[in-house]
Amino acid sequence: MAGTAKILVFIDSPDGPLHKVQRELLTLAGTLGEPAAAVSSPPDEALLAELAGYGAATVYQPAAQLEDSLVAPNAAFLANVVREAAPAAVLLENSYEGKETAARLGIKLSSGVVTDAIAVAPDLSVTKSVLAGAYTVVAKVTTGTPLITVKANSIEAAAGTGTGMPVVVEVDPGEPGPAARVTERSAKPASGRPDLGEARVVVAGGRGVNGDFGPIEELADALGGAVGASRAATDAGWIDHSAQVGQTGKTVSPQLYISAGISGAIQQKAGMQTAQVIVAVNKDADSPVFEIADFGVVGDLFQVLPQAAGEIRKRKG
Amino acid sequence: MHKADNSALKIVVLVKYVPDTQFDRHLTANSHTVDRSESILSELDEYAIEAALQLIEARGGAKAGNTVTALTVGPAAAVNAVKKALQLGATDGVHVTDEALAGSDASGTSLVLAAAIRSLGPVDLVLTGMASTDGETSLVPAQLAERLGLAQLTFAASLEVDGGVVTARRDDGQESETVQAQLPALVSVTDQINEPRYPNFKGIIAAKKKKVAELALSDLGLDPGQVGRTGAWTTVLSAEARPPRGQGTIITDEGDAGIKLVDFLASRKLL
Repeated sequence: MAGTAKILVFIDSPDGPLHKVQRELLTLAGTLGEPAAAVSSPPDEALLAELAGYGAATVYQPAAQLEDSLVAPNAAFLANVVREAAPAAVLLENSYEGKETAARLGIKLSSGVVTDAIAVAPDLSVTKSVLAGAYTVVAKVTTGTPLITVKANSIEAAAGTGTGMPVVVEVDPGEPGPAARVTERSAKPASGRPDLGEARVVVAGGRGVNGDFGPIEELADALGGAVGASRAATDAGWIDHSAQVGQTGKTVSPQLYISAGISGAIQQKAGMQTAQVIVAVNKDADSPVFEIADFGVVGDLFQVLPQAAGEIRKRKG
Repeated sequence: MHKADNSALKIVVLVKYVPDTQFDRHLTANSHTVDRSESILSELDEYAIEAALQLIEARGGAKAGNTVTALTVGPAAAVNAVKKALQLGATDGVHVTDEALAGSDASGTSLVLAAAIRSLGPVDLVLTGMASTDGETSLVPAQLAERLGLAQLTFAASLEVDGGVVTARRDDGQESETVQAQLPALVSVTDQINEPRYPNFKGIIAAKKKKVAELALSDLGLDPGQVGRTGAWTTVLSAEARPPRGQGTIITDEGDAGIKLVDFLASRKLL
């Protein structure tokens, strides 16, 4: 069906250039058919040009401003876009908002949802990991329009050769029904590091850091990576809960995961075992983490990590 | 659903019986469904139960007419999740069980949950954990909210109910938000919201007298074809256990392990 069927990509709250994950979704759409975009607020000229670059021939925007509440307005608007555009599939971000939007949209359209996609084939079958990476399954939507939420880093974003400006189509935003509103937002101090869920490199610390995340942060910064933590470290209050990787925290699939001072109990392994390369540093040679590490150092993280960070800075000049 | 003021609260908590995450977990070979032979109450549901109990205790508890109903959908053993909730202090339980339910996806599960909640009459609040620790798709709460026409407040790290309004705080890496909705509403809570209690002896004895209603699909006016594998909107075509990661190179630090680590990263083109 490549080249014929529309693959609709949902672009939530565009504010300036497309985000990395949005560019990945558009690139993936281009491998499956003709990309089209649904934007939750009217795009400016620059964004339209960027969407055109990814081959989006049609852009759907709400005919009136969407209500400023969570998930429900996006789902109501998207349901109308799908009715208008009749795409072969809809791709959304795998964020909480993306999954919840897909979930509600699924009920509105009587359509199946597959989350956590790491690959989507031309026949729209979806590859994903389940049970925290213990199994890889291929799933498919059998009813309605496939709604697929795609994990970050599943595809290398690459703008195509599209040049023609997209046709903009206005769509009735629909009736969202009862919804929750954000009444207050407070930004946390910016770390300047990439988002943990999307980062190509994650350096994570556990019990072994004993309250001092300095060496973890130093190595993460040398590699341009994000900082993660085991539950033991977040429960101890050494670092914000949002850094937690594992069963009850975030699941990450970076190209490189460096684990330091984490023993690697199943619950922690669960969050990171789909990383492409795993490096472990731990004092205890019997730590389970060494069973899954591609490269392991039995040693003191307070020696090894700063030495590695210094060496990286030296090599990068 | 009725408009709540500051009087009695009627809360439904969704509970699920899931494989223990302390052990390796498996999919069954034939049906690609989760092997539930070593199951417990989902750890993440304990936070929802605790949140419900704290809300009703602040309003005089069950004596003042507040209720916390623990609801589960699943095979016979799933009732253990409800029983645990009753031991912790839930006032009653509902267990929807039917052979036709096997293989249900999120759409089927949310359909059954919605029908079960409607059968309870007006409810103020539906509480869930942040995810089941087995399915991990987090679809069910949002689909249930959509089916019941409720506002959803997900991933609440704090929760207050006052004057018919529910307020929650959500945190992510970059920001902290306060979100609000009118009751009735659906709220999912994170593992940061509270410290769940343990069942005590009194609670265990009291639970034996609490009622668990067992309902079949027909009791909810549902057709077997709407749920289970037949009614699912998605299917799993194949499932493969992840190959064990090969044993890598393990070295012991002799003063230069940091340099060797960087050499390794360079050899994998990761710098």
